[in-house]
Amino acid sequence: MAERVKIHRELDCLGLYCPEPVFRTRQEIDKLAVGQVLEVIADDPAAEEDITRLVKRLGHQLLELRKERDEIHLLIKKVK
Amino acid sequence: MPEKRKKLAIIVHSGTLDRLFCAFTLGSTAAAMDMETHLYFTFWGLNMLVKGALEKAGLPATYKHLEQQLKKKLKEMKYPTPYEMLKRMKASGLLKIYACSPTMEMFGIRKEDLIPEIDKIAGAAAFLDVASDADITLLV
Repeated sequence: MAERVKIHRELDCLGLYCPEPVFRTRQEIDKLAVGQVLEVIADDPAAEEDITRLVKRLGHQLLELRKERDEIHLLIKKVK
Repeated sequence: MPEKRKKLAIIVHSGTLDRLFCAFTLGSTAAAMDMETHLYFTFWGLNMLVKGALEKAGLPATYKHLEQQLKKKLKEMKYPTPYEMLKRMKASGLLKIYACSPTMEMFGIRKEDLIPEIDKIAGAAAFLDVASDADITLLV
């Protein structure tokens, strides 16, 4: 991304498996104000598919999905 | 117009750890995804709602030899226990738990023997009514 997004909360899900990353991501989204951004880091191989679907279903915005080695970093913007 | 909240209805017939995890993992995820979950506990599932029973849930006889190994691994994975999952789902406000009344009578289980998270003691009509307008119905 050309411009660095301001991250308001971070969630470390390393070592956690389904349903934990999804459940905890939802809990953290609830703590955000509209417009704020959450960064989730996970290494559950299911996390990319699951969290992407969670964000879409909840109607929020996935700003970025970055893979680093076995980890994925997701930037989620609360839009409503 | 906002989309109607999706509804998941599960009959929890089994009382073994493997199947309880199926129901509770789906229920936890449904809560995270803003779906309502309705769990109807009957037979061995209902027996697990007796206070203290969920903590003792194990594997079925065929897989009993794997139970200790699995429980050790679950701890290493920091996986929540079934009761922790149930309480968390309840806290979301999106979970309703029904206890099957004939099963209670069959096993001599009284209301006061059950964990406090139960919403209603109910029968087949209640489940069918809920399931009739559920989007997903399952039996575990």
